Amino acid sequence: MLDIAITSTQTGSLLSLAKLSLAEGVSSLAHLAPLDIAVIAIYFEMVMWIGFYLKKRANTSEEFFMAGREMTAWIAGLSFVSANLGSLELMGWAGSAYQYGILAAHWYWIGAVPAMLFLGIVMMPFYYVSKTHSVPGYLKMRFGQGSSTVAAFSFAFMTILMSGVNMFSMALVMKVVLGWDITFSIVISSLAVAAYVALGGLRSAIFNEVLQFVLIWGGALLVPILGLIEAHGWTGLKAQIIHNFPTQDYLHMWKGLGHFNDNPMGVHWTGIVFGLGFVISFGYWTTDFLVVQRVLAANSLRSARIAPVIGSFFKMAVPFIVILPGLLALVVLHNPDGSLMHLVGEDVVSAHPGAGLHSYNEVLPLMLVRYCSPGLLGLGITALIAGFMSGMAGNVSAFAAVWTYDIYQPLINKKAPDQHYVAVGRWATILGVVVSIGAAYLVMNAKGIMDYVQALFSFFIAPLLGSILMGMFWKRATKAGGFWGLLVGTVTSISLWAWVKEDPSALRYVAVSANAKDMAENMYRALWCFSITVIVTFVISMFGKARPVAELNGLVYGATKLPKEEPVPFYKNEWYWAAIAVVLFVAINVIFW
Amino acid sequence: MESTDISIWFFIGVLLTIYGAMILGYGLWEIVTGVTANVVLANLHAPIWWGAIMLALGLFYAIRFRPGHEQ
Repeated sequence: MLDIAITSTQTGSLLSLAKLSLAEGVSSLAHLAPLDIAVIAIYFEMVMWIGFYLKKRANTSEEFFMAGREMTAWIAGLSFVSANLGSLELMGWAGSAYQYGILAAHWYWIGAVPAMLFLGIVMMPFYYVSKTHSVPGYLKMRFGQGSSTVAAFSFAFMTILMSGVNMFSMALVMKVVLGWDITFSIVISSLAVAAYVALGGLRSAIFNEVLQFVLIWGGALLVPILGLIEAHGWTGLKAQIIHNFPTQDYLHMWKGLGHFNDNPMGVHWTGIVFGLGFVISFGYWTTDFLVVQRVLAANSLRSARIAPVIGSFFKMAVPFIVILPGLLALVVLHNPDGSLMHLVGEDVVSAHPGAGLHSYNEVLPLMLVRYCSPGLLGLGITALIAGFMSGMAGNVSAFAAVWTYDIYQPLINKKAPDQHYVAVGRWATILGVVVSIGAAYLVMNAKGIMDYVQALFSFFIAPLLGSILMGMFWKRATKAGGFWGLLVGTVTSISLWAWVKEDPSALRYVAVSANAKDMAENMYRALWCFSITVIVTFVISMFGKARPVAELNGLVYGATKLPKEEPVPFYKNEWYWAAIAVVLFVAINVIFW
Repeated sequence: MESTDISIWFFIGVLLTIYGAMILGYGLWEIVTGVTANVVLANLHAPIWWGAIMLALGLFYAIRFRPGHEQ
């Protein structure tokens, strides 16, 4: 999801879609047969079985919060990608692909792959060797309690709020797609997540994420396969898109990025490369504990390094089940009278009630309903529910770890038996879900909050990246430099956002162009506050006294002696697979240039 | 998961087996009764081959990673 920073538009528009449909009493898109209900019910049975089964393996804090650091590279890698693959992302990006074309795939390729490889090959050794339990925990070891506390509170706050926002959005989407009651959706899914994470801890969350990942593919893969058959293959699809939309460029990823006005997203290649490809992507994939926690649970340094590399291959493949359905919808969706269906924005739908219009975000449900008979439809809906639950489980398990290790332990109760912290973690999980539900209803009753929440998340990601990179790769960085860099960077991000909110014309400074749109603004704001964090950390550190190099062992590049790993055949080596991932990444960008 | 009694792949295998059997069963029922769902490309009988693929994969994982089986 690259959470807020990247899905902001999608989540917001899904929310409007659902609210709109609720207000107008629009009938649901899909109707489930008993077989579909059975498929969904069996899924819930399975996740609960896993939770109860794994309870016996979550007795110590290391087991509960870090899954005993026993995950294989494959499990950690799949979980790493799955925690990010929420259903709002699936539906939102399918809608974006319909709206913007293949340009949307940037969020899966340059917006993820380089950062994932960097995490695995370059950063993971420091996270792993330092034996930190969390990203704020790393900051504590490197820059002291101050930086850690700032990062822990902002992460805990945003994680729970985001969990609530996603929960509400998803419940509303279920209302639109299936006609389900909002409270029913929220309660059932929350109880299931709370139960299996509180019972089995991170191990249970990871197991379920892997299961959910398989389900997402099993449920969603049929749509592009049947869609391609109907559209006469990729060549036929391209020809029909060009025929139907001769003035739009839906098929090139880089060609139209030379100017803000030459592409429907209103972005420039510098924003995509430096804003998305570097700051936002690296910020999310290398410092957001929600995803990093999965890799920290790996059973060896080599597994921890190769897990994100494995994840990068799957991330590159996700557009097949997300972007391709959006493109296919451009040619296969037709109105009952046989004319080509044109999906529109929520504002247009609301302006023409009763006209039978559908919005961009309904692409995936429309495609599911188009191709999936009973059983398969239930599988597709289960994939959406699974995506939602994996995202939520990721949020609450990361929250429980940060709350216990980085807030409760250092600030409230420093010396307690291990069992006490496990109990705190279990309660934090339940508390996290309860607060998420509260946040969900808060959003429901205060519609404007959604806009602010989306911007809030991006406030913390970019400064945190600046702080972590300076700490990890510059021995001279000091405790004061780290703390003030993080704080000033965060304040800068909030100030830039408020500036544009107060005076929209400031966009030409913040996002370099007055033509920039929301996504471009997010990218450039991230770039500015990352730079400020780095500069402030650098300047303040130059005036302070650096820690002795001996103290930085395991924390900083150039001061760390990495453990020697057993030689393995080339096909088990992380560098080998990372090189293949790079070649593949370059190839797909060139092919769809 | 080597260190756990039951591997995650076993859970996945069981779920795929159940889903595959249900979907394949529905596809066969469609063939036998001649009643097909009102979906596009129904003539391709997706529930049959998709259900069969899921069932085969599910059985493979459920058997390969069954509890107590040496990996």
